[in-house]
Amino acid sequence: MFKIAKYVMYDILRSKVLIAYSLFLLLVSFSLFSMEENSSKSLISLMSVVMIIVPLVSIIFSTTYFYNAYQFIELLVAQPISRSSILLGEFLGVSVSLLTALLIGVGIPVLIYAPDSTGFVLMISGFALTLSFISLAFFSSVAMRDKAKGIGMSLMLWFYFSVIYDGLVLGILFSFNEYPLEKAVIALASFNPIDLGRIIILMKMDISALMGLTGAVYKQFFGSSFGIIYSLSIMLMWIITPLLIALRIFKKKNL
Amino acid sequence: MIRTERLEKSFGKLHVLKGIDVEFKAGQVVSVIGHNGSGKTTLIKCILGMVLADKGNIYVDEKSIAGDFRYRENIGYMPQIGHYPENMKIGQIFRMMKDLRKNADVLDESLMEEYKLSELFEKPMHALSGGTTQKVSASLAFLFNPKVLILDEPTAGLDPLAAEILKTKIIEAKSKGKLVIITSHIMSEVEEMADTVMYLYEGKVNFYNSVTELKKQTGEEKVGKAIAKIMKESAHV
Repeated sequence: MFKIAKYVMYDILRSKVLIAYSLFLLLVSFSLFSMEENSSKSLISLMSVVMIIVPLVSIIFSTTYFYNAYQFIELLVAQPISRSSILLGEFLGVSVSLLTALLIGVGIPVLIYAPDSTGFVLMISGFALTLSFISLAFFSSVAMRDKAKGIGMSLMLWFYFSVIYDGLVLGILFSFNEYPLEKAVIALASFNPIDLGRIIILMKMDISALMGLTGAVYKQFFGSSFGIIYSLSIMLMWIITPLLIALRIFKKKNL
Repeated sequence: MIRTERLEKSFGKLHVLKGIDVEFKAGQVVSVIGHNGSGKTTLIKCILGMVLADKGNIYVDEKSIAGDFRYRENIGYMPQIGHYPENMKIGQIFRMMKDLRKNADVLDESLMEEYKLSELFEKPMHALSGGTTQKVSASLAFLFNPKVLILDEPTAGLDPLAAEILKTKIIEAKSKGKLVIITSHIMSEVEEMADTVMYLYEGKVNFYNSVTELKKQTGEEKVGKAIAKIMKESAHV
Protein backbone atom coordinates (compact mmCIF):
# COMPACT_ATOMS: atom_id res chain seq x y z
CA MET A 1 0.00 0.00 0.00
CA PHE A 2 2.69 2.51 0.97
CA LYS A 3 4.83 1.53 -1.98
CA ILE A 4 1.92 2.14 -4.33
CA ALA A 5 1.29 5.49 -2.63
CA LYS A 6 4.94 6.32 -3.18
CA TYR A 7 4.67 5.71 -6.94
CA VAL A 8 1.40 7.66 -7.13
CA MET A 9 3.00 10.66 -5.43
CA TYR A 10 6.03 10.37 -7.65
CA ASP A 11 3.73 10.42 -10.66
CA ILE A 12 1.64 13.38 -9.44
CA LEU A 13 4.68 15.47 -8.53
CA ARG A 14 5.83 15.34 -12.12
CA SER A 15 2.56 16.76 -13.43
CA LYS A 16 2.44 20.52 -13.30
CA VAL A 17 -1.18 20.67 -12.17
CA LEU A 18 -0.37 20.24 -8.51
CA ILE A 19 2.32 22.92 -8.59
CA ALA A 20 -0.08 25.29 -10.34
CA TYR A 21 -2.69 24.58 -7.65
CA SER A 22 -0.25 25.34 -4.82
CA LEU A 23 0.91 28.54 -6.50
CA PHE A 24 -2.65 29.66 -7.14
CA LEU A 25 -3.62 29.13 -3.49
CA LEU A 26 -0.47 30.88 -2.38
CA LEU A 27 -1.23 33.87 -4.60
CA VAL A 28 -4.86 34.12 -3.41
CA SER A 29 -3.90 33.79 0.26
CA PHE A 30 -1.13 36.36 0.14
CA SER A 31 -3.18 38.88 -1.78
CA LEU A 32 -6.16 38.50 0.59
CA PHE A 33 -3.95 38.93 3.64
CA SER A 34 -2.15 41.95 2.24
CA MET A 35 -5.37 43.72 1.20
CA GLU A 36 -6.83 43.83 4.71
CA GLU A 37 -5.27 45.21 7.85
CA ASN A 38 -7.47 43.00 10.02
CA SER A 39 -6.36 39.42 9.61
CA SER A 40 -9.69 37.94 10.74
CA LYS A 41 -11.45 39.74 7.88
CA SER A 42 -8.98 38.24 5.46
CA LEU A 43 -9.58 34.86 7.03
CA ILE A 44 -13.28 35.12 6.22
CA SER A 45 -12.54 35.95 2.59
CA LEU A 46 -9.97 33.19 2.47
CA MET A 47 -12.53 30.79 3.92
CA SER A 48 -15.01 31.62 1.14
CA VAL A 49 -12.35 30.91 -1.46
CA VAL A 50 -11.18 27.72 0.24
CA MET A 51 -14.74 26.42 0.55
CA ILE A 52 -15.25 26.69 -3.22
CA ILE A 53 -11.82 26.03 -4.72
CA VAL A 54 -10.53 23.26 -2.49
CA PRO A 55 -13.45 20.84 -2.96
CA LEU A 56 -13.61 21.57 -6.69
CA VAL A 57 -9.92 21.01 -7.36
CA SER A 58 -9.78 17.99 -5.04
CA ILE A 59 -12.67 16.18 -6.68
CA ILE A 60 -11.80 16.97 -10.31
CA PHE A 61 -8.07 16.38 -9.93
CA SER A 62 -8.61 13.04 -8.16
CA THR A 63 -11.18 11.83 -10.69
CA THR A 64 -9.00 12.62 -13.71
CA TYR A 65 -5.98 11.20 -11.96
CA PHE A 66 -7.81 7.96 -11.23
CA TYR A 67 -8.83 7.49 -14.86
CA ASN A 68 -5.33 8.32 -16.07
CA ALA A 69 -3.89 5.79 -13.63
CA TYR A 70 -6.22 3.11 -14.95
CA GLN A 71 -3.39 1.44 -16.87
CA PHE A 72 -1.25 1.42 -13.78
CA ILE A 73 -4.10 -0.16 -11.82
CA GLU A 74 -4.61 -2.75 -14.56
CA LEU A 75 -0.93 -3.63 -14.35
CA LEU A 76 -1.08 -3.98 -10.57
CA VAL A 77 -4.22 -6.11 -10.46
CA ALA A 78 -2.41 -8.99 -12.22
CA GLN A 79 0.36 -8.85 -9.60
CA PRO A 80 0.31 -10.44 -6.15
CA ILE A 81 -1.16 -7.32 -4.56
CA SER A 82 -4.58 -7.18 -2.96
CA ARG A 83 -7.15 -4.89 -4.48
CA SER A 84 -7.67 -3.05 -1.21
CA SER A 85 -4.02 -2.08 -1.02
CA ILE A 86 -4.14 -0.89 -4.64
CA LEU A 87 -7.12 1.40 -4.04
CA LEU A 88 -6.00 2.58 -0.60
CA GLY A 89 -2.50 3.16 -1.92
CA GLU A 90 -3.92 5.32 -4.70
CA PHE A 91 -6.03 7.21 -2.16
CA LEU A 92 -3.09 7.74 0.15
CA GLY A 93 -0.87 8.99 -2.66
CA VAL A 94 -3.45 11.46 -4.00
CA SER A 95 -4.31 12.61 -0.47
CA VAL A 96 -0.75 13.30 0.61
CA SER A 97 -0.10 15.23 -2.60
CA LEU A 98 -3.20 17.43 -2.36
CA LEU A 99 -2.77 18.01 1.38
CA THR A 100 0.81 19.10 0.79
CA ALA A 101 -0.38 21.56 -1.86
CA LEU A 102 -2.94 22.97 0.58
CA LEU A 103 -0.37 23.15 3.35
CA ILE A 104 1.97 25.15 1.12
CA GLY A 105 -0.71 27.29 -0.54
CA VAL A 106 -2.80 28.21 2.50
CA GLY A 107 -0.85 26.89 5.49
CA ILE A 108 2.23 29.08 5.00
CA PRO A 109 0.34 32.39 4.56
CA VAL A 110 -1.91 31.58 7.53
CA LEU A 111 1.14 30.80 9.62
CA ILE A 112 2.66 34.15 8.69
CA TYR A 113 -0.41 36.43 8.98
CA ALA A 114 -2.88 34.68 11.29
CA PRO A 115 -1.16 32.07 13.41
CA ASP A 116 -4.08 31.77 15.83
CA SER A 117 -6.69 29.13 16.60
CA THR A 118 -9.02 30.41 13.85
CA GLY A 119 -6.31 29.93 11.25
CA PHE A 120 -5.71 26.47 12.65
CA VAL A 121 -9.41 25.58 12.38
CA LEU A 122 -9.44 26.87 8.80
CA MET A 123 -6.59 24.51 7.96
CA ILE A 124 -8.31 21.57 9.66
CA SER A 125 -11.51 22.24 7.72
CA GLY A 126 -9.54 22.55 4.49
CA PHE A 127 -7.79 19.24 5.13
CA ALA A 128 -11.03 17.46 5.98
CA LEU A 129 -12.76 18.85 2.90
CA THR A 130 -9.84 17.82 0.68
CA LEU A 131 -9.98 14.27 2.01
CA SER A 132 -13.74 13.93 1.77
CA PHE A 133 -13.81 15.21 -1.82
CA ILE A 134 -11.00 12.86 -2.85
CA SER A 135 -13.06 10.11 -1.28
CA LEU A 136 -16.14 11.20 -3.27
CA ALA A 137 -13.98 11.36 -6.42
CA PHE A 138 -12.83 7.78 -5.91
CA PHE A 139 -16.42 6.73 -5.48
CA SER A 140 -17.52 8.25 -8.78
CA SER A 141 -14.45 7.02 -10.68
CA VAL A 142 -14.90 3.45 -9.50
CA ALA A 143 -18.65 3.51 -10.07
CA MET A 144 -18.43 4.82 -13.64
CA ARG A 145 -16.48 2.95 -16.28
CA ASP A 146 -16.50 5.84 -18.69
CA LYS A 147 -14.16 8.75 -18.02
CA ALA A 148 -16.55 11.43 -19.22
CA LYS A 149 -19.36 10.07 -17.07
CA GLY A 150 -17.07 9.84 -14.05
CA ILE A 151 -15.90 13.43 -14.36
CA GLY A 152 -19.48 14.52 -14.98
CA MET A 153 -20.63 12.78 -11.85
CA SER A 154 -17.83 14.37 -9.83
CA LEU A 155 -18.76 17.81 -11.14
CA MET A 156 -22.41 17.16 -10.28
CA LEU A 157 -21.46 16.12 -6.75
CA TRP A 158 -19.44 19.29 -6.25
CA PHE A 159 -22.20 21.45 -7.74
CA TYR A 160 -24.76 19.75 -5.52
CA PHE A 161 -22.80 20.27 -2.32
CA SER A 162 -21.64 23.81 -3.00
CA VAL A 163 -24.69 25.31 -4.72
CA ILE A 164 -27.82 23.19 -4.94
CA TYR A 165 -27.78 21.96 -1.38
CA ASP A 166 -27.74 25.46 0.09
CA GLY A 167 -30.64 26.39 -2.14
CA LEU A 168 -32.59 23.38 -0.92
CA VAL A 169 -31.88 24.23 2.71
CA LEU A 170 -32.98 27.80 2.12
CA GLY A 171 -36.15 26.53 0.48
CA ILE A 172 -36.90 24.27 3.42
CA LEU A 173 -36.30 27.07 5.90
CA PHE A 174 -38.64 29.40 4.01
CA SER A 175 -41.40 26.85 3.58
CA PHE A 176 -41.37 25.72 7.18
CA ASN A 177 -40.44 28.95 8.90
CA GLU A 178 -43.44 28.75 11.19
CA TYR A 179 -42.15 25.60 12.82
CA PRO A 180 -39.26 25.23 15.27
CA LEU A 181 -36.40 24.19 13.00
CA GLU A 182 -33.40 24.40 15.32
CA LYS A 183 -32.69 20.67 15.42
CA ALA A 184 -33.50 20.23 11.77
CA VAL A 185 -31.03 22.95 10.83
CA ILE A 186 -28.22 21.18 12.65
CA ALA A 187 -29.16 17.89 11.02
CA LEU A 188 -29.25 19.55 7.59
CA ALA A 189 -25.75 20.94 8.05
CA SER A 190 -24.42 17.44 8.76
CA PHE A 191 -25.48 16.24 5.33
CA ASN A 192 -23.08 18.56 3.55
CA PRO A 193 -19.36 18.52 4.29
CA ILE A 194 -18.86 22.04 2.89
CA ASP A 195 -21.54 23.53 5.16
CA LEU A 196 -20.10 21.65 8.09
CA GLY A 197 -16.61 22.93 7.39
CA ARG A 198 -17.88 26.50 7.04
CA ILE A 199 -19.86 26.34 10.28
CA ILE A 200 -16.88 25.00 12.23
CA ILE A 201 -14.79 27.99 11.11
CA LEU A 202 -17.53 30.59 11.66
CA MET A 203 -18.13 29.31 15.19
CA LYS A 204 -14.48 29.86 15.92
CA MET A 205 -14.65 33.41 14.60
CA ASP A 206 -17.37 34.57 16.98
CA ILE A 207 -19.42 36.22 14.33
CA SER A 208 -22.37 33.87 14.73
CA ALA A 209 -24.40 36.80 16.05
CA LEU A 210 -24.56 38.03 12.47
CA MET A 211 -26.48 34.96 11.51
CA GLY A 212 -29.52 35.65 13.71
CA LEU A 213 -31.42 32.94 15.52
CA THR A 214 -29.87 30.12 13.49
CA GLY A 215 -26.45 31.45 14.44
CA ALA A 216 -27.41 31.32 18.09
CA VAL A 217 -28.61 27.75 17.73
CA TYR A 218 -25.41 26.82 15.88
CA LYS A 219 -23.31 28.57 18.50
CA GLN A 220 -25.05 26.71 21.29
CA PHE A 221 -24.60 23.36 19.57
CA PHE A 222 -21.40 23.53 17.54
CA GLY A 223 -19.67 25.77 20.08
CA SER A 224 -20.00 23.17 22.82
CA SER A 225 -17.35 20.51 23.22
CA PHE A 226 -19.92 17.88 22.27
CA GLY A 227 -20.65 19.87 19.13
CA ILE A 228 -16.98 19.93 18.17
CA ILE A 229 -16.64 16.17 18.63
CA TYR A 230 -19.90 15.70 16.74
CA SER A 231 -18.85 17.82 13.77
CA LEU A 232 -15.41 16.25 13.58
CA SER A 233 -16.85 12.74 13.62
CA ILE A 234 -19.40 13.65 10.93
CA MET A 235 -16.51 15.04 8.86
CA LEU A 236 -14.69 11.76 9.35
CA MET A 237 -17.78 9.91 8.16
CA TRP A 238 -17.72 12.03 5.01
CA ILE A 239 -14.16 10.89 4.39
CA ILE A 240 -14.60 7.20 5.21
CA THR A 241 -18.03 6.33 3.81
CA PRO A 242 -17.52 7.15 0.10
CA LEU A 243 -14.10 5.47 0.22
CA LEU A 244 -15.53 2.30 1.75
CA ILE A 245 -18.28 2.15 -0.87
CA ALA A 246 -15.63 2.68 -3.57
CA LEU A 247 -13.57 -0.15 -2.07
CA ARG A 248 -16.55 -2.49 -2.11
CA ILE A 249 -17.25 -1.77 -5.77
CA PHE A 250 -13.57 -1.96 -6.72
CA LYS A 251 -13.13 -5.39 -5.16
CA LYS A 252 -15.84 -6.80 -7.42
CA LYS A 253 -14.95 -4.82 -10.51
CA ASN A 254 -13.97 -6.53 -13.76
CA LEU A 255 -10.85 -4.98 -15.17
CA MET B 1 -1.84 -27.08 -10.90
CA ILE B 2 -4.73 -24.91 -12.09
CA ARG B 3 -8.23 -26.31 -12.05
CA THR B 4 -11.49 -24.62 -12.91
CA GLU B 5 -14.85 -25.89 -11.78
CA ARG B 6 -18.10 -25.05 -13.59
CA LEU B 7 -16.80 -21.57 -14.32
CA GLU B 8 -19.44 -19.13 -15.57
CA LYS B 9 -19.21 -15.48 -16.47
CA SER B 10 -21.58 -13.04 -18.10
CA PHE B 11 -21.07 -9.45 -19.09
CA GLY B 12 -24.57 -8.07 -18.97
CA LYS B 13 -26.63 -10.18 -21.37
CA LEU B 14 -23.55 -11.66 -22.98
CA HIS B 15 -22.91 -15.13 -21.57
CA VAL B 16 -19.18 -15.51 -22.20
CA LEU B 17 -18.19 -18.58 -20.19
CA LYS B 18 -20.79 -21.31 -19.86
CA GLY B 19 -19.36 -23.78 -17.40
CA ILE B 20 -15.65 -24.45 -17.92
CA ASP B 21 -14.15 -27.53 -16.27
CA VAL B 22 -10.48 -27.96 -17.06
CA GLU B 23 -7.28 -28.88 -15.34
CA PHE B 24 -3.84 -27.62 -16.34
CA LYS B 25 -0.80 -29.50 -15.04
CA ALA B 26 2.80 -28.51 -14.52
CA GLY B 27 5.03 -29.14 -17.52
CA GLN B 28 2.22 -28.63 -19.99
CA VAL B 29 2.15 -26.08 -22.77
CA VAL B 30 -1.53 -25.54 -23.39
CA SER B 31 -2.70 -23.66 -26.43
CA VAL B 32 -6.11 -22.11 -25.96
CA ILE B 33 -7.78 -21.53 -29.29
CA GLY B 34 -11.18 -20.35 -30.39
CA HIS B 35 -12.99 -17.75 -32.46
CA ASN B 36 -12.72 -14.12 -31.57
CA GLY B 37 -14.98 -13.55 -28.61
CA SER B 38 -15.12 -17.21 -27.63
CA GLY B 39 -14.02 -16.36 -24.08
CA LYS B 40 -10.26 -17.03 -24.24
CA THR B 41 -9.19 -13.75 -22.71
CA THR B 42 -12.04 -13.84 -20.20
CA LEU B 43 -10.92 -17.28 -19.03
CA ILE B 44 -7.36 -16.03 -18.61
CA LYS B 45 -8.51 -12.93 -16.76
CA CYS B 46 -10.62 -15.10 -14.46
CA ILE B 47 -7.57 -17.18 -13.57
CA LEU B 48 -5.63 -13.97 -12.92
CA GLY B 49 -8.40 -12.56 -10.75
CA MET B 50 -8.81 -9.52 -12.99
CA VAL B 51 -12.34 -10.62 -13.80
CA LEU B 52 -14.41 -12.25 -11.09
CA ALA B 53 -16.45 -15.28 -12.16
CA ASP B 54 -20.19 -15.33 -11.51
CA LYS B 55 -20.31 -19.01 -10.65
CA GLY B 56 -17.85 -21.83 -10.13
CA ASN B 57 -14.39 -21.96 -8.63
CA ILE B 58 -10.77 -21.77 -9.66
CA TYR B 59 -8.09 -23.64 -7.75
CA VAL B 60 -4.39 -22.96 -8.01
CA ASP B 61 -2.36 -25.66 -6.28
CA GLU B 62 -5.63 -27.00 -4.84
CA LYS B 63 -6.40 -23.69 -3.12
CA SER B 64 -9.38 -21.61 -4.17
CA ILE B 65 -8.33 -18.21 -5.48
CA ALA B 66 -11.48 -16.46 -4.21
CA GLY B 67 -10.42 -13.59 -1.97
CA ASP B 68 -6.75 -14.50 -2.32
CA PHE B 69 -4.02 -12.58 -4.09
CA ARG B 70 -0.80 -14.29 -3.01
CA TYR B 71 -1.27 -17.09 -5.51
CA ARG B 72 -0.36 -14.57 -8.22
CA GLU B 73 3.23 -14.71 -6.97
CA ASN B 74 3.45 -17.91 -9.00
CA ILE B 75 2.00 -16.44 -12.18
CA GLY B 76 3.63 -14.38 -14.88
CA TYR B 77 1.17 -12.71 -17.22
CA MET B 78 1.74 -11.19 -20.61
CA PRO B 79 -1.35 -9.31 -21.78
CA GLN B 80 -2.54 -9.12 -25.36
CA ILE B 81 -2.06 -5.36 -25.34
CA GLY B 82 0.12 -4.14 -22.52
CA HIS B 83 -1.09 -0.99 -20.80
CA TYR B 84 1.57 0.83 -18.86
CA PRO B 85 1.72 4.18 -17.10
CA GLU B 86 2.54 6.43 -20.02
CA ASN B 87 4.90 8.87 -18.43
CA MET B 88 7.11 6.23 -16.85
CA LYS B 89 10.30 5.08 -18.52
CA ILE B 90 11.05 1.43 -19.28
CA GLY B 91 13.72 1.30 -16.59
CA GLN B 92 11.34 2.74 -14.03
CA ILE B 93 8.72 0.14 -14.88
CA PHE B 94 11.20 -2.67 -14.29
CA ARG B 95 12.49 -1.12 -11.06
CA MET B 96 8.95 -0.56 -9.82
CA MET B 97 7.84 -4.12 -10.56
CA LYS B 98 10.88 -5.50 -8.76
CA ASP B 99 10.12 -3.21 -5.84
CA LEU B 100 6.44 -4.19 -5.70
CA ARG B 101 7.04 -7.93 -6.08
CA LYS B 102 9.87 -8.96 -3.87
CA ASN B 103 8.99 -12.64 -3.96
CA ALA B 104 11.44 -13.89 -6.55
CA ASP B 105 14.53 -15.64 -5.24
CA VAL B 106 16.23 -15.59 -8.58
CA LEU B 107 15.29 -13.02 -11.18
CA ASP B 108 15.21 -14.20 -14.75
CA GLU B 109 16.45 -11.26 -16.78
CA SER B 110 17.49 -13.27 -19.83
CA LEU B 111 14.62 -12.03 -22.02
CA MET B 112 15.33 -8.46 -21.01
CA GLU B 113 18.94 -8.92 -22.03
CA GLU B 114 18.16 -10.72 -25.28
CA TYR B 115 15.76 -7.96 -26.28
CA LYS B 116 18.43 -5.41 -25.29
CA LEU B 117 15.86 -3.48 -23.27
CA SER B 118 18.45 -1.99 -20.95
CA GLU B 119 19.58 0.19 -23.86
CA LEU B 120 16.08 1.64 -24.00
CA PHE B 121 15.70 2.13 -20.24
CA GLU B 122 15.46 5.90 -20.60
CA LYS B 123 12.64 5.77 -23.17
CA PRO B 124 9.20 6.73 -21.91
CA MET B 125 6.46 4.13 -22.38
CA HIS B 126 4.27 6.34 -24.57
CA ALA B 127 7.05 6.62 -27.15
CA LEU B 128 7.35 2.87 -27.66
CA SER B 129 6.16 0.94 -30.68
CA GLY B 130 3.64 -1.86 -30.21
CA GLY B 131 6.37 -4.46 -30.66
CA THR B 132 8.67 -2.96 -28.04
CA THR B 133 5.77 -2.76 -25.60
CA GLN B 134 5.21 -6.47 -26.22
CA LYS B 135 8.88 -7.12 -25.49
CA VAL B 136 8.51 -5.29 -22.19
CA SER B 137 5.40 -7.34 -21.37
CA ALA B 138 7.15 -10.61 -22.20
CA SER B 139 10.23 -9.74 -20.17
CA LEU B 140 8.07 -8.78 -17.20
CA ALA B 141 6.11 -12.03 -17.41
CA PHE B 142 9.29 -14.12 -17.21
CA LEU B 143 11.15 -11.81 -14.82
CA PHE B 144 10.06 -13.36 -11.54
CA ASN B 145 10.65 -16.95 -12.53
CA PRO B 146 6.99 -17.94 -12.02
CA LYS B 147 5.71 -21.51 -12.03
CA VAL B 148 2.85 -20.58 -14.34
CA LEU B 149 3.09 -18.42 -17.44
CA ILE B 150 -0.02 -17.03 -19.04
CA LEU B 151 0.64 -15.48 -22.42
CA ASP B 152 -2.19 -13.84 -24.34
CA GLU B 153 -1.27 -13.77 -28.04
CA PRO B 154 2.41 -13.46 -27.21
CA THR B 155 3.90 -13.20 -30.68
CA ALA B 156 1.35 -10.81 -32.18
CA GLY B 157 3.23 -7.62 -33.04
CA LEU B 158 6.70 -9.05 -32.46
CA ASP B 159 9.21 -9.13 -35.28
CA PRO B 160 10.29 -12.63 -36.44
CA LEU B 161 13.54 -12.53 -34.50
CA ALA B 162 11.88 -11.41 -31.26
CA ALA B 163 9.13 -13.99 -31.74
CA GLU B 164 11.75 -16.71 -32.19
CA ILE B 165 13.51 -15.66 -28.96
CA LEU B 166 10.21 -15.82 -27.11
CA LYS B 167 9.37 -19.26 -28.53
CA THR B 168 12.73 -20.63 -27.42
CA LYS B 169 12.06 -19.18 -23.99
CA ILE B 170 8.66 -20.86 -23.83
CA ILE B 171 10.09 -24.26 -24.80
CA GLU B 172 12.81 -23.79 -22.19
CA ALA B 173 10.14 -23.00 -19.57
CA LYS B 174 8.34 -26.23 -20.46
CA SER B 175 11.52 -28.24 -20.01
CA LYS B 176 11.86 -26.70 -16.54
CA GLY B 177 8.45 -28.13 -15.66
CA LYS B 178 6.49 -24.92 -15.81
CA LEU B 179 2.90 -24.63 -16.92
CA VAL B 180 2.49 -22.38 -19.94
CA ILE B 181 -0.92 -21.28 -21.16
CA ILE B 182 -0.91 -19.56 -24.55
CA THR B 183 -3.67 -18.16 -26.68
CA SER B 184 -2.70 -17.88 -30.29
CA HIS B 185 -4.25 -17.74 -33.72
CA ILE B 186 -1.07 -18.77 -35.47
CA MET B 187 -1.29 -22.51 -36.05
CA SER B 188 2.37 -23.07 -36.90
CA GLU B 189 3.21 -21.73 -33.45
CA VAL B 190 0.74 -24.04 -31.81
CA GLU B 191 2.42 -26.88 -33.67
CA GLU B 192 5.87 -25.74 -32.54
CA MET B 193 5.22 -25.15 -28.88
CA ALA B 194 2.03 -26.68 -27.54
CA ASP B 195 1.59 -30.26 -26.42
CA THR B 196 -2.06 -29.80 -25.49
CA VAL B 197 -4.84 -28.00 -27.31
CA MET B 198 -7.92 -26.55 -25.72
CA TYR B 199 -10.62 -25.41 -28.09
CA LEU B 200 -13.21 -23.01 -26.70
CA TYR B 201 -16.43 -22.77 -28.63
CA GLU B 202 -19.12 -20.31 -27.55
CA GLY B 203 -18.04 -20.37 -23.93
CA LYS B 204 -17.65 -24.12 -23.60
CA VAL B 205 -14.71 -26.46 -23.85
CA ASN B 206 -15.24 -28.22 -27.16
CA PHE B 207 -11.97 -30.12 -27.25
CA TYR B 208 -9.25 -30.55 -24.66
CA ASN B 209 -6.60 -33.11 -25.38
CA SER B 210 -3.00 -33.64 -26.36
CA VAL B 211 -1.74 -32.74 -29.80
CA THR B 212 -1.04 -36.38 -30.66
CA GLU B 213 -4.60 -37.31 -29.71
CA LEU B 214 -5.90 -34.42 -31.80
CA LYS B 215 -4.02 -35.65 -34.85
CA LYS B 216 -5.18 -39.21 -34.29
CA GLN B 217 -8.84 -38.26 -33.90
CA THR B 218 -8.97 -36.14 -37.00
CA GLY B 219 -6.57 -38.23 -39.08
CA GLU B 220 -4.65 -35.10 -40.06
CA GLU B 221 -0.89 -34.66 -40.05
CA LYS B 222 -0.85 -30.93 -39.41
CA VAL B 223 -2.23 -29.31 -36.27
CA GLY B 224 -3.66 -26.46 -38.30
CA LYS B 225 -5.75 -28.73 -40.47
CA ALA B 226 -6.80 -30.85 -37.54
CA ILE B 227 -8.04 -27.80 -35.66
CA ALA B 228 -9.80 -26.46 -38.73
CA LYS B 229 -11.61 -29.78 -38.97
CA ILE B 230 -12.75 -29.62 -35.36
CA MET B 231 -13.84 -26.01 -35.80
CA LYS B 232 -15.93 -26.92 -38.81
CA GLU B 233 -17.51 -29.88 -37.04
CA SER B 234 -18.45 -27.82 -34.01
CA ALA B 235 -19.96 -25.15 -36.24
CA HIS B 236 -22.22 -27.75 -37.85
CA VAL B 237 -23.55 -29.14 -34.59
